[in-house]
Amino acid sequence: MDARLPPTPRDDPIVCPHCDAVYTLKRPSAGQRAVCARCHTPLITPRKKAGLQIIAVSLAVVVLVIAATVFPFLTIKAAGVQNSVSILDAALAFSDGWLIVLSLSTAALIIFVPLLRVLLSLYVLIPVVLDRMPAKGSRQAFRLAEALRPWSMAEIFAIGCAVALVKITDLADVSFGPAFWMFSALVVLVVAQDSFMCRWSVWKSLEGLRK
Amino acid sequence: MSGYVKTAREMGLVSCTRCTKVWPAGTETCGRCGKKLVSRDRKSLQRVWAWWLVGVMCYIPANLYPMLVTRTLFTTEQSTIIGGAVELLTHGAVGVSLIILFASVAIPVGKFIAIAYLAISVQRRSAASYETRQITYEVVEYIGRWSMIDIFVVAILSSLVQLNTIAAIQPGIASLFFALSVVFTMLSAQSFDTRLIWDVQGAAKGEAGNG
Ligand SMILES: [Zn+2]
Ligand SMILES: [Zn+2]
Repeated sequence: MDARLPPTPRDDPIVCPHCDAVYTLKRPSAGQRAVCARCHTPLITPRKKAGLQIIAVSLAVVVLVIAATVFPFLTIKAAGVQNSVSILDAALAFSDGWLIVLSLSTAALIIFVPLLRVLLSLYVLIPVVLDRMPAKGSRQAFRLAEALRPWSMAEIFAIGCAVALVKITDLADVSFGPAFWMFSALVVLVVAQDSFMCRWSVWKSLEGLRK
Repeated sequence: MSGYVKTAREMGLVSCTRCTKVWPAGTETCGRCGKKLVSRDRKSLQRVWAWWLVGVMCYIPANLYPMLVTRTLFTTEQSTIIGGAVELLTHGAVGVSLIILFASVAIPVGKFIAIAYLAISVQRRSAASYETRQITYEVVEYIGRWSMIDIFVVAILSSLVQLNTIAAIQPGIASLFFALSVVFTMLSAQSFDTRLIWDVQGAAKGEAGNG
């Protein structure tokens, strides 16, 4: 069968990727959401100036990730002995033998994957927002960013911090370093960045691109 | 719920599960993002079961071996996932202990059961109620990642609590098995072709008869 379809008209059928239900709906205007009636998967969620917002938030995330990784994150004190750690130290805590694998994956889940996803979306979205031709390899970049989505776990790490703090309060005094506050802001921004993005619109804007 | 829902398969269409672009049935790869197109991925169930089994197998040693090794001035204490939570409970930290129990026991076990239940119900074509299915799916898709909390707690504790002779915490081997179990279960859930679930649902309602 011929794989080439003519350019998609506006009221082309939209299929829910989760349950295969077909809808013929007009593109919702900014701020509205089109949601699958049967399984509630969001289909189209456009926002006004979403592109610019995502870019701004993404830039902030890049700065915060780097800063939060280097600065001291938590400091613990007990009986005159003190220990400060950065997020990177925490991620690399599993240091002996086989646990190194765990160290590297923890670092990836809480630092590198969120950072990489943000960089990839910047690469994809900046030309789109500037009304230029999408950058070379944009589709592959966006594909990777989407595939990594479940593996970005900064927000889970944040809850982990809270639990860990309660666990050691009767053992020692804990104080927060600057990176702790940066990381808190970072979590909020990562979640916001994700919810601003309308995947359908991004794919649509990548359509004109030749491979 | 909603009335009659037509699926893309019934309309002679196949949609891309990655970028949701719609193609005529029989198209082999998505011209927009390059993903292989299948109307229903029957083989997905084999992958689901394979990952599921490895995930369950890793969860067993994760509970038998120590998760944390706490060394204080006079004692060395090894605690398993459940042991650690029970100890917190006796110390009066009810909230944190419940979070740990929820993230490390309730979520993983619930997820094993939910995936198995969904896979079996697709294989046997038995339809559960709409609500059951929706809740099950949400457990699998959104809550599963949160069981990583305990790994992050271990990472933070064992990097932070390094106070020479006073107290030191080391990660135990169970942390590796637990992390692997979470990863494999996430892969299992991601392998699921969710459209199969909704076909059974539709058939039960007399929607999609022969397909
Ligand atoms: Zn749907
Ligand atoms: Zn596609």
